[in-house]
Amino acid sequence: MHPDFIDRYSRNNSPIHRMPAGVKCSAALLLVACILVSPWTLTGASPALFVLLVGTALGAGIPPGFLFRRILGAGFILALLSVLILLQPGGVEKFFTILIKSILSLTTAVLLANTTPFSEVISLLKRIRLPAVLVTVLALMYRYIFVLFDEMGRMKRARESRSFGIGHARRWHLLGTVLARLFIRSTDRAERIYAAMCARGWDA
Amino acid sequence: MHIPDGFLDTKTIVATSLFSLAGLGKALRSLSREMTSRKIPLMGLAAAFVFVAQMLNFPVVGGTSGHLLGAVLISVLAGMNAGIVIISLILVVQAFLFADGGILALGANIFNMAIVGSVIGTAMYRGIRLIAPGRWGFYVGVAAAAWCSTVVAAICCAGQLAWSGTVAWGIGFPAMAGIHMLIGIGEAVITAIVLAAVTATRPDLLSGRGPEDGNAAPLKPLGNAVVYGAIVVAGLALFVSPFSSRWPDGLEKVAARFGFDTARLSAPLMASPLAEYRMPGIGLVSVSTALAGTVGAAVVSVAAVIVVRAISRKSAKTS
Repeated sequence: MHPDFIDRYSRNNSPIHRMPAGVKCSAALLLVACILVSPWTLTGASPALFVLLVGTALGAGIPPGFLFRRILGAGFILALLSVLILLQPGGVEKFFTILIKSILSLTTAVLLANTTPFSEVISLLKRIRLPAVLVTVLALMYRYIFVLFDEMGRMKRARESRSFGIGHARRWHLLGTVLARLFIRSTDRAERIYAAMCARGWDA
Repeated sequence: MHIPDGFLDTKTIVATSLFSLAGLGKALRSLSREMTSRKIPLMGLAAAFVFVAQMLNFPVVGGTSGHLLGAVLISVLAGMNAGIVIISLILVVQAFLFADGGILALGANIFNMAIVGSVIGTAMYRGIRLIAPGRWGFYVGVAAAAWCSTVVAAICCAGQLAWSGTVAWGIGFPAMAGIHMLIGIGEAVITAIVLAAVTATRPDLLSGRGPEDGNAAPLKPLGNAVVYGAIVVAGLALFVSPFSSRWPDGLEKVAARFGFDTARLSAPLMASPLAEYRMPGIGLVSVSTALAGTVGAAVVSVAAVIVVRAISRKSAKTS
C-alpha cells in the first residue's frame, strides 16, 4: 500500500488547502448537518451539491478517481444497510434518499480529510480546549500509525521469505502471533519515545 | 459496523452523542486518576497498534471478511478505561481520515464499539475470571468476552437504526446479529491467540492480569462499575429494548411483502418463560421490557458461567 495511504492529498498547496482548518472543519460539519436534516429525495439540490463538491476537489488538486475510490472503500457497510432498507415495505424511496445523503456526507468527509493536514486539526482541537491527554494521545497515534504499518510490512516480508506460502489453518495462528509481536514492539517503542520526550523537556 | 452518515435521524444522533460523551468523560476522569505521564506514549502507540490491527482482514464464510474490533483485546492489555479512550480515538481518526463511519454518526459508533464493546466485554471477562480463575478461565473468558462485545455492539447498532426509522428491527436485528455472530468468532479466536502469544513471550506486559495470575487484579472501586453499568444499561434500554418484544411484527411485514401466508407465522416461534419479554404485573411497558431484558441477560450469563466452570474443571483434571 502507498506509504501515504490515509490523507494523500492533505499536504497539497491550493487556496483551499491554505484556508484555516477551523473554517473548513466547521463548514464540513455544517454541510453534513444540513444534508442530514434536509428532506430531499431526488430533487435538483443534490446533483448541484455533488457538482459543487467535485468542483472543490478539482480546485484542490484531488483527482475525482481518488474520491470515487474512497467512497467505494466505505461501500460494504453502505451496501449491506441499503439492501436491508430495500427489504422493507416502501423501502425504495427511502433507499434513494438515504443513499444520496450518505454519499454526499462521505464525499464531504473525504474532501475535508484531503484538504486539511491532520496536524492542523490537532492544534484546532487543542485550541477548543479538549482534554490535553486526549489531544496528545491522538497526535501520537496519528504519527505512529504509519510507522507501525511499515513495521508490520517488514514483519510480513520476513515471514513470507521464510515460509513459502502457508496453509489455511495456520494463517489464523500467524495473524495472531504477528499481532502479538507488533504489540510487544509497540510497547518497547513507547518506552523509547517516552525517554526521548523526557530528554527534550516534555512535561505532560 | 461503522454506521455512515445519513442512516441515523436527529434524535438518535443527539441521544447517542450524549451517551458517548458521558461514557468518554467518565473514562477520561478515571484514567487521569491512575495515569502517569509515562503512560501517555504507551496509549498513543497502543492506539496506533489497534488501528493497524483493524486493517488486517480475516476470512468469514462466503468470501466476506471481517476485521478485528479490538475492544476486549486492548481492555485486557491496557485496562478498560484506556480501552474506551483508545477505541474512541481510533473511531475519530477513521471517521475524519478514512470516511469509515460518519462524522455525525460518531456518537453512535463510539457508544456501540468503544463503550458498549469495552464495558460488556470487560464485565463478561471479569465475571468468568471470578468463577474460573485458572488458565483456561482466562482464555475462555477472553474469547467469550470478545464474541459478546462484537454481538452486543451489533445489536445496539441495529437498535439505533430501527429507532431512526431507517432499517426496521425485524430485518436489521437478525441481519446485524447474525453476521456479527460469525465475525465475533474470528474476533474471539484472534483475541485469544494474541493474548496467548503476548503471555508466552512477554508475561511482564500482562503483570497481574495474565492467565497464571488467578484473580489477582484488584477489583476497582464499585462506583466505577455502577457508573459504566448505568450508562450502558440506559443506552441499551433506550436503543434496543423498545424493539425486543416487537420483532415478530417486522417478520410479519416481510412475510406480507413476499406474500407468505401470515397466519402460519402468527403462532409464536418459540414459547419462552418470559413470554413476549414482559414481566407480568408491571404497568409501564418500556420499564417492564427493560427489566425482562436484564433478567434474561442475567440468566444467560449465569448459564455461561456454569458451562465455563464445568469446562475448566475438566481441563484442570486432565492437565
